Amino acid sequence: MVVYGVALLSFCMLAGVFLGRLLGYLLGIDANVGGIGIAMLLLIFIANKKNTAIKIDASSKSGINFWNAMYIPIVVAMAAKQNVLAAISGGWMALTAGVLVVFLSFIAVPILHKLSKSKEH
Amino acid sequence: MIDIFNNTLISNSIITAFLFIGVVTYFSYWISKNLTGGLIHGSAIAIVLGLVLAYIGGLLEGGTKGLADMPIFAGVGILGGAMFRDFAIVATAFGVDIRNLKEAGFIGSVSIVFGVVFSFLIGALVALSFGYTDAISITTIGAGAATYIVGPVTGTALSASTEVIALSVAVGLIKSILVMIMTPFIAPIIKLDNPYSAMIFGGLMGTTSGVAGGLAATNPKLVPYGAMTATFYTGVGCLLAPSVLFLLIDFFI
Repeated sequence: MVVYGVALLSFCMLAGVFLGRLLGYLLGIDANVGGIGIAMLLLIFIANKKNTAIKIDASSKSGINFWNAMYIPIVVAMAAKQNVLAAISGGWMALTAGVLVVFLSFIAVPILHKLSKSKEH
Repeated sequence: MIDIFNNTLISNSIITAFLFIGVVTYFSYWISKNLTGGLIHGSAIAIVLGLVLAYIGGLLEGGTKGLADMPIFAGVGILGGAMFRDFAIVATAFGVDIRNLKEAGFIGSVSIVFGVVFSFLIGALVALSFGYTDAISITTIGAGAATYIVGPVTGTALSASTEVIALSVAVGLIKSILVMIMTPFIAPIIKLDNPYSAMIFGGLMGTTSGVAGGLAATNPKLVPYGAMTATFYTGVGCLLAPSVLFLLIDFFI
């Protein structure tokens, strides 16, 4: 049933966020440390586990894939609720810092990639 | 008549949001196909259009949630809020190949810590060059250069002034918005076309919204890999910025 897929997705997210918050609490910070990443790992783990009590049949899959497909529309809604006005009215310092950080980080992507690949060989 | 119309939209806010986002997306794909000949991807246009609407919403309502501050678009705020965003991000993991994840796991983790420190230092240097001389303000602005959540969390922990905290949020917002807009154009140059570099990318950028939007417009298949590392970033930032990184700045100032 479709709802099984959605329920599994919900379970993974709630479990992940709980563990993320718990991790944050143990580290002494009021933040969710990687909860969504943990939720993703949990879903991947369950989806790839063979011979378990949890069988994800085709209709359950469609419940997960629906939300996967809703990803881009949700991102568009996310863009429409950003505080763009505050970003623009942050002045020159905010603009300089934001632009520099983004461009230098872009440049760092292929550099880290090369470094990590060359270490392997 | 108009009241009945508005009430219908307001009292069914999420449904209104579904329709609205559908129309925006359709319009964006139409522009992509007919005005850019498919050169600029429809989802990239939709995201930019969303940001423009957010700006207009901010001008009209003076709130902090862009378009979602207008009562008839309140549902856009729910649909685009952290809850649904994270739910959809988790769903993208369903298509992930474990081998790719294992291969890039180590460098992905390294890139998160490197990304936090790197962004922080750039932000701190800019704050310094703009005349900030106290360690608390410099740290808070540096933290904002990590993400717009790390900034205020750090600022509050260190009792920074509200102006500096607002500034750190602005830095993080600019970062997030730029990553959303620029990623599809920069991706071919920095070879962001495989799961391995997507995990490094997520760890270096760290802004979940920026990475989520930027990769969606670049190649949706890369989303789970980038999001995986990006979702750890804010937590690591909140851990490092008010502690180790503050002590570092305090030591040199």
